[in-house]
Amino acid sequence: MELLANLATGFGIALSPFTLMLAVFGCFIGTIIGALPGLGPSNGVAILIPLTFSMGLDATSALVLMTAVYYGAMYGGRISSILLNIPGDEPALMTTLDGYPMAKAGRAGDALVISGVASFTGAFLSTVGLMLLAPLLARIAFQFGPAEYFALYLLAFATLGGIASNNQAKAAIASCIGLGISMIGVDNNSGLPRLTFGNMHLFDGVDFLVAIVGLFAIAEVFFFIESHGKNTSIGVKLEKITVPWKDIWDTRWTQLRCSLVGFVAGVLPGAGASLGSFLAYMSEKSLAGDKAGFGTGVAKGVAAPEAGNNAAAGGALVPMLTLGVPGSGTTAVLLALLMTLNITPGPTLFTERPEVVWGLIASLLIANFVLLLMNVPMVKVFVKILSVPPWVLLPGVTMISFVGIYSLSGSYFDLLLMVAFGVLGWVLRKLDVPTVPIILGILLGGHMEDALRRAMVLSDGDWTYLFSSGIAITLWIVAVAGFVAPMFLRGVLKKPQRITD
Amino acid sequence: MASDRIFGAVVTLVALAYVASATQIQTSFLADPVGPRMFPIMVGSVAALCGILVALSPDEDPDWPALRTLGALAIAVLVLVAYAYSLKPLGFLIPTAIVAAILSYQINPRKPQAAMAGVGLSVGLFFIFKFALGLGLVALPAVFNG
Repeated sequence: MELLANLATGFGIALSPFTLMLAVFGCFIGTIIGALPGLGPSNGVAILIPLTFSMGLDATSALVLMTAVYYGAMYGGRISSILLNIPGDEPALMTTLDGYPMAKAGRAGDALVISGVASFTGAFLSTVGLMLLAPLLARIAFQFGPAEYFALYLLAFATLGGIASNNQAKAAIASCIGLGISMIGVDNNSGLPRLTFGNMHLFDGVDFLVAIVGLFAIAEVFFFIESHGKNTSIGVKLEKITVPWKDIWDTRWTQLRCSLVGFVAGVLPGAGASLGSFLAYMSEKSLAGDKAGFGTGVAKGVAAPEAGNNAAAGGALVPMLTLGVPGSGTTAVLLALLMTLNITPGPTLFTERPEVVWGLIASLLIANFVLLLMNVPMVKVFVKILSVPPWVLLPGVTMISFVGIYSLSGSYFDLLLMVAFGVLGWVLRKLDVPTVPIILGILLGGHMEDALRRAMVLSDGDWTYLFSSGIAITLWIVAVAGFVAPMFLRGVLKKPQRITD
Repeated sequence: MASDRIFGAVVTLVALAYVASATQIQTSFLADPVGPRMFPIMVGSVAALCGILVALSPDEDPDWPALRTLGALAIAVLVLVAYAYSLKPLGFLIPTAIVAAILSYQINPRKPQAAMAGVGLSVGLFFIFKFALGLGLVALPAVFNG
């Protein structure tokens, strides 16, 4: 009954008026961010981190606020997918497949309600899963030494590069860019500067927030300038909203199955929500057979990816909190938040800072109910947000990014670096090089090198030490398999194309 | 095809330069068995290898934008760089209004709307940052404050 006691602690924190207000506020902002075309969960959370930091919130409050934004953005993403056929980010792509045809057939309201309920099922069940699985995993994680951690970091890069990208070599390059950048600055062990080229501004290293905001938010602005905001809003009108009880009841098994699939996909380090919604949609599609009409606007096709996507969002928090290895782009951004707040994720977090972990879990449970309320009866409010034109939105995003980064350090150098990362992000995405591994590299590079060096100190320079335990060997095997296997599965796992008008 | 070949070549060259500068890292007398050079050299080598792989088996070319759009992007980058330099000496309001208006115009080329977006965003965001979030922003150039 340790779990209940922990939960009680958590709710004690989460139900304080201030925390509760932050959770509700975070859900609201998050849903808006998710609903806005061109602002996905990762960009949204990224540009808000510097602001949260300069508001001077304590660790638990900041974490509650940002994870509420994260969950909210996951819910909100479906609104632009369904009404505009524009996925806010990659996981939301699957929702457009059935959501948009359903909206065009005049059932936009139904699609929004079904997907809202499915989001709730997925998010709620995965939060429960997080609650049960995370403490167990934290206990296993106590047995991890530096050799195991090194293998685990490698696994995260390998699965992220293998599964989430189209070209392994390019994903590996992206990881190396990130790792290479993380080496810049003063070396922790020897105290001497490395790779700074004599530039004083680089002695502290490159702040990961600068890189994240540049690669995600500023690069997005360049994409909008390139397209002149053209491929936006051919929108579908939203009529009166009623609750389609029958459809919700009919999709109950779909929702439960997809929550499970999504959760498992989310827990895998490096795989994340894209894989969750993809696997959920594809498994339901093959289960239902050709007659079910997936892709033409059926309720199951709307419920499946949303349950999977939101369950993966919760699942991705498991490796992030227990091992410090994020499972997706957005959890990488949340990891950046934790590091900014001086919280080191890992097994010790559960024993030393239980109030942070359980406060967070309790807030997530509350946030889910708030989000269900916001996203079903109040969905019309958020639909209005879609009419914000990109020529106001994107300059606004730029300004917020600048002020956020500026308020961190007050140096023009960081702003220049951010613009440079924006240009880099645009070029790389044009060349189909994923940018999430770069973020992961910058975040984990220091830890990865540290793990390697500590392992070598322990073994006195004997490299076989890296493969000396069962856990380490397993992680190495999974890492290699996760990187190589998708090359052969590419034919099977072909992603469905986005439907065009 | 050509894009990936160039990209691969650039990555390989940069990675080799990175490895070369990593070999110049100073080591202290308290060196651990690995030392501060090993990991950067490993990372650089992997990147160089992957760069060669990409150059040898390139993907299809992306749709690069027309020259005009590239020009618009270049202007946007220049404006953002100028904004980075001007935020401290010129205060928040004036540079923000100008930069936001230019960016807005690049996305949707209609002058009145762009001007409105610039002024509106500048003033609106200033109030949010200054009074709702309590950030220490300076509104106007130092000259005006005496």
